[in-house]
Amino acid sequence: MTTLHAFANPARFLKVAKPLTPVLFWAGVLLVAIGCWAGLTRTPPDYLQGETVRILYIHVPAAWLGMGGWSGIALSSIALLVWRHPLASIAARAIAPVGAAFAALCLVTGSIWGRPTWGTWWQWDGRLTAMLLLFFVYCGYVALARADAERGGDGRIPALFGIAGTVLLPVIRYSVVWWNTLHQGPSIGLTGSSIDGAILWPLPFMLIGFTAIFAAIVLMRMRTLLARAKAEARLRRMARA
Amino acid sequence: MTAKTQRMLLVALALGAVALAALLALSALKDQAAFFYAPSDVARRAPPLDRAVRLGGMVAAGSVRRAADGVTVHFTVTDGRATTPVTYAGIVPDLFREKSGVVAEGRFKPDGGFVATNLLAKHDERYMPPQVAGAMHETKTLAQ
Repeated sequence: MTTLHAFANPARFLKVAKPLTPVLFWAGVLLVAIGCWAGLTRTPPDYLQGETVRILYIHVPAAWLGMGGWSGIALSSIALLVWRHPLASIAARAIAPVGAAFAALCLVTGSIWGRPTWGTWWQWDGRLTAMLLLFFVYCGYVALARADAERGGDGRIPALFGIAGTVLLPVIRYSVVWWNTLHQGPSIGLTGSSIDGAILWPLPFMLIGFTAIFAAIVLMRMRTLLARAKAEARLRRMARA
Repeated sequence: MTAKTQRMLLVALALGAVALAALLALSALKDQAAFFYAPSDVARRAPPLDRAVRLGGMVAAGSVRRAADGVTVHFTVTDGRATTPVTYAGIVPDLFREKSGVVAEGRFKPDGGFVATNLLAKHDERYMPPQVAGAMHETKTLAQ
């Protein structure tokens, strides 16, 4: 916590975040470019699905970050509620729309993938419905956090919502294990993967690349939110003077 | 107890409640959230005959027969424990094949058969190049 508390001072946080943003962004772009090139030209098609399987290089990282984003909101919410960390509510507000965008990307690519393989754009299947719910919960969080900030709230109400929304993460993860679903079971677990190595290897490039771009956008948004708060404080001071 | 430990305890309690809620949702909604009936569900408990339902499982090996009219397909859905005969008239999805997953939308007949109005292909979580898969692609994990 001592290292995290060092960043309680926004000036110190900005000093690190500012140079880190372009590094993360361009590293992410490079990794995603390598992953796309490898995934489109260097891997074999699937025995059953043919070329369609290549959508997984976008769909899987989007799904992981859609859920990872909410984990970030949950951790920030805990940091805010327990340690009253000043950057926590800024971080959660910065993550929310980005996580929502990745959840939406996951739903869209899944739909495009479902049409040629399953034979349907959309079904009210346990996994698909739970992911759609997560997207709606993100939208609700964005609205709630904005309303709270505009009324001068300290972010505790959105933080409670952030913790409550975490209920969806295990439901999404285990929906395909515990329920009958159209969506197949998990391919990647702690003990290994049921994706053949020849198809799997570009996926880590895409995962790390997507995550770096995600982090860069979040840092950018945090800096924007901090700058806006600073500008508003200055305007209030000027109005008083 | 300092205020911080108290808050930490409350958050830990909240997280425990959230985990419990997820567990309850996953187990309690098992029947309601099921996307399809498996043949062994049908054998255990009679399915409703009066409304459209889904039947899912594996297309049994060697069970696909095409009728003389060219559009009707007969096949058997199995989950390893029980089987259900299915009739479907229409275009089957690209991934529809024997020993692979299928979800049929339609109605049960009083004799235990199933008349499908739409077929969805269900694939499993394994992805591999054609040369690795060889001629075999048996689906082992579909029956739940």
